[in-house]
Amino acid sequence: MLETFLFFLFAVLAVAGALGMLISRNPVASALWMVMTLFAVACLYLTLNAQFIGVVQILVYAGAIMVLFLFVIMLLNLGETPRLGRFDWKKGVAFVLGVAVLAQLLVVVALRLDVMPEPIPAADAAEATSAEQIGLALLTEHAFSLEIIGVLLLAATIGAVLLAKKRFV
Amino acid sequence: MELTLNWYLSLSAVLFTIGVLGVLLRRNAIVILLAVELMLNAVNLTLVALSQSFGDVDGQILVFFVMSVAAAEAAVGLAIVIAIYRNKLTVNVDEINLFRG
Amino acid sequence: MHSLVQLILLPPLFVAAFNGMMGLFAPGYRKNEWLIGGLATAAVVVPFAVTVSIFLGVHGEAEVVRYFTWMAAGQLEVDFAYRIDPLSLLMTLIVTGVGALIHLYSIGYMHEDPGFWRFFAYLNLFIFAMLNLVLAENLPVLFLGWEGVGLCSYLLIGFWYADLKNSAAANKAFIVNRIGDFAFLLAMFILFAAVTGRTDGAFGLDFTTLLSADTLGALGSGTILAVVLLFFVGATGKSAQIPLFVWLPDAMAGPTPVSALIHAATMVTSGLYLLARLSPMVLEAPGAMAVIAVVGALTAIMAATIAITQNDIKKVLAYSTVSQLGFMFMAAGVGAFFVSIFHVMTHAFFKACLFLGSGSVIHAMHHVEHELAHKGRIPHHHKPGSDQAHLDSEATQDPLRTDPLPYDGPFDAQDMRTMGGLRKYMPTTALTFLVATLAIAGIPPLAGFFSKDEILFMAFQHGYNDHAWAYLVWGIGIVTAILTAVYMGRAYFLTFEGRERWPDAFDTKPHESPWTMTLPLVVLAVLSVVGGFFGVPALLHEALPFLPESWIHHWLGADYGGPVAEPHYERHVPHATEWMLLGLGAAIAVAGVFIAWTQWGRRGLDADRALSRRLGLFFGLFSRKYFVDEIYDGAVVRPVVEGSRNVLAPFDQKNVDGAVNGVARMMRGLAGRLRVVQTGVVQNYALALVLGVVVVVALMLFV
Repeated sequence: MLETFLFFLFAVLAVAGALGMLISRNPVASALWMVMTLFAVACLYLTLNAQFIGVVQILVYAGAIMVLFLFVIMLLNLGETPRLGRFDWKKGVAFVLGVAVLAQLLVVVALRLDVMPEPIPAADAAEATSAEQIGLALLTEHAFSLEIIGVLLLAATIGAVLLAKKRFV
Repeated sequence: MELTLNWYLSLSAVLFTIGVLGVLLRRNAIVILLAVELMLNAVNLTLVALSQSFGDVDGQILVFFVMSVAAAEAAVGLAIVIAIYRNKLTVNVDEINLFRG
Repeated sequence: MHSLVQLILLPPLFVAAFNGMMGLFAPGYRKNEWLIGGLATAAVVVPFAVTVSIFLGVHGEAEVVRYFTWMAAGQLEVDFAYRIDPLSLLMTLIVTGVGALIHLYSIGYMHEDPGFWRFFAYLNLFIFAMLNLVLAENLPVLFLGWEGVGLCSYLLIGFWYADLKNSAAANKAFIVNRIGDFAFLLAMFILFAAVTGRTDGAFGLDFTTLLSADTLGALGSGTILAVVLLFFVGATGKSAQIPLFVWLPDAMAGPTPVSALIHAATMVTSGLYLLARLSPMVLEAPGAMAVIAVVGALTAIMAATIAITQNDIKKVLAYSTVSQLGFMFMAAGVGAFFVSIFHVMTHAFFKACLFLGSGSVIHAMHHVEHELAHKGRIPHHHKPGSDQAHLDSEATQDPLRTDPLPYDGPFDAQDMRTMGGLRKYMPTTALTFLVATLAIAGIPPLAGFFSKDEILFMAFQHGYNDHAWAYLVWGIGIVTAILTAVYMGRAYFLTFEGRERWPDAFDTKPHESPWTMTLPLVVLAVLSVVGGFFGVPALLHEALPFLPESWIHHWLGADYGGPVAEPHYERHVPHATEWMLLGLGAAIAVAGVFIAWTQWGRRGLDADRALSRRLGLFFGLFSRKYFVDEIYDGAVVRPVVEGSRNVLAPFDQKNVDGAVNGVARMMRGLAGRLRVVQTGVVQNYALALVLGVVVVVALMLFV
């Protein structure tokens, strides 16, 4: 009962935030709606017993990435985007495509899950995917990928600094 | 009703769709990047749900990596937006058509 | 044998390439005349020596040497294969022997010509092609040589290409030859289709298979008739018979050694070689043989009548060549192929000698011309197209001039009307020319007597065996022989005897040519004397046993194991008749020379005027060459040119070009319209991307 209620609560919050981000004319507002979505998703992670990921979501996404977005929005000092009067064909096609994507995804979810194995009880799953397990896997099985991610972040840092500089040194 | 895996996956599908619509419909480059982040989040949700369903830790490992890459990508993407803004004084994607054939 | 044949074929090719490349890219090389000429001559002497060594060792058995496969496609499999047998050896000896002499001659003749190196490169290339022709084991390689000599003929006729007349003559030769080549190709195609239609194995049109009794028996008589006639048409092109002989007189525009080598001794005999090689097949088509003999006879007499009226010494010799080739075809047509090859050999000797002699004379007259122009007695010869060319004719017709030329136009070193009495100044040339003239006229015991007489006798014997048309051929041959003696005597007497007829003859004198030119003349004259003894008829051999019996018959004839098929007669002409025919041949030769001496020897140019009065209208017909060129021009050339200009050219410009341009315009229009897709706005591209994803997933889900 409680899980169902919590799920729906956070689901509604997430979708509302997403729609808010989509519709807002002010980019700052968009970013803030996005933050709400991220918080909702983090809570959803918690309901799924994925504590580590949930916390990391808040730390990294809401705490770092969204802050960065807000920095840039305010740096560029963008005003409100004007409401577009005419309804061009591009919007129509986009809507249709969006509906198509949703439909296809739901079809897959509904009809094709018979190929997947049996779910295991939640308690065992929680134990198998605890933070301890994540740490172990990261440092043993996926150690190489971890290092690569490190290099990637370094490259991104350097790239971002260079791109955003006023003048190339 | 039974709270099964399907619910989480459906929610993820909805979030993903809203992200796609954002990419296709918004004209502000930064908002488009936000929509991309939303799409990535939807995928993360899928991965975590599946991971919890089958007790496979690899799903959450992948979420970890996706988040890192998303962070890097957001940083670089925003740097590019800043660079374009400096040159063209706009972040409206309709007006950035240097690749015009 | 493998390497020996390489030693025959490859030196001319390599030296041609060497001289050509060095002359083209190293201008300093072009002045080493002795090096260029020496290398080129050596490149022909080496094959000659090798052939002699093979010749002395071979006894009638054919040997085939195979190098590598040229083409293999379906049932066609053609190798580069060469055949060493009596016929090909004899032809190779003629080609390389006479060729070497002419190479030596050319060193002197082409002295100081700026295209010296080019000349020898082309000459060697010609020798290579000709060797391919005579040594070939199969028809495609023979055709390769056939085309090659046609090409070299074109290159060498138009050697002084700056004068458009020469280029036009070269074009004419090549185009007319091409018509013959087309017939040759058709014949090859029919043969291939006929033979491979019956068998399953590979066939490369090689002579061993083609001329075997099985193959010949399997081909229908209709096929053989068609094939032989087509090959004969090809031969008329190459060997200048009716209707494709018109290129040979024009070909005299090339340097004289070219006329001697290509248009007297070798290339023009390729048609005869072809018929001799295919003799087993030709003998199966009696209808075609009749055509061959009659065409040969008609050509012979037509050319002889034209030759009497010509004033240019080279043109006389050109028509003489056409006429003598007619004789050779007469022999082939009555089945006496080995006799036609015999005449090829003797004709090579005396005709080459005559041409080289005329070259010597022309060389000397050029010097006279330069001296006269220098002294101002004749106007300087202006190049065609110069703005003073019109002055040439005026000045020579000025009645107050002391020595007007007997013809309109500038001084022509080749015109016999301004020669005369050259024997005093050029004794060697005169003597060799006289010997060759007597040989061609048929005075015994020189070469021409034996070969020509044998041809006439074979024609007579053919008629004796119930082919009445052969008597007609024989009759035409007799008349032509008389004419031959007359016009050749005329040529000799007008050139070398009598009074000197060029302006200022007291002070301006020609001189004898250098040894490089007179040595070949002497050698060829000697060969013209002794060459006949290779084919002494059996009759004479019986009477005078010290004379060797016809060596050439034994060497070539199929009855003795050679490659050239022979006819077999039921009735033999009685000996008495044979002796009479022999005597008749000698008599007409002597009579002809005697007529020439009394007319032109004693009266010079007056005899020409008397002749024209005697012949009346016929003189006009003869001297205008029966209007053949004009007829061809009106009936063939002009319609084709006008048709192309009025029909084909506009079609090409409007329709073909229009279609191509239209396609291009359509593409451009299409591209312009499609370009709209590339807006440069990345979001549009994202839209397309998502659309694609949706489509693909849909396909994956529902298909």
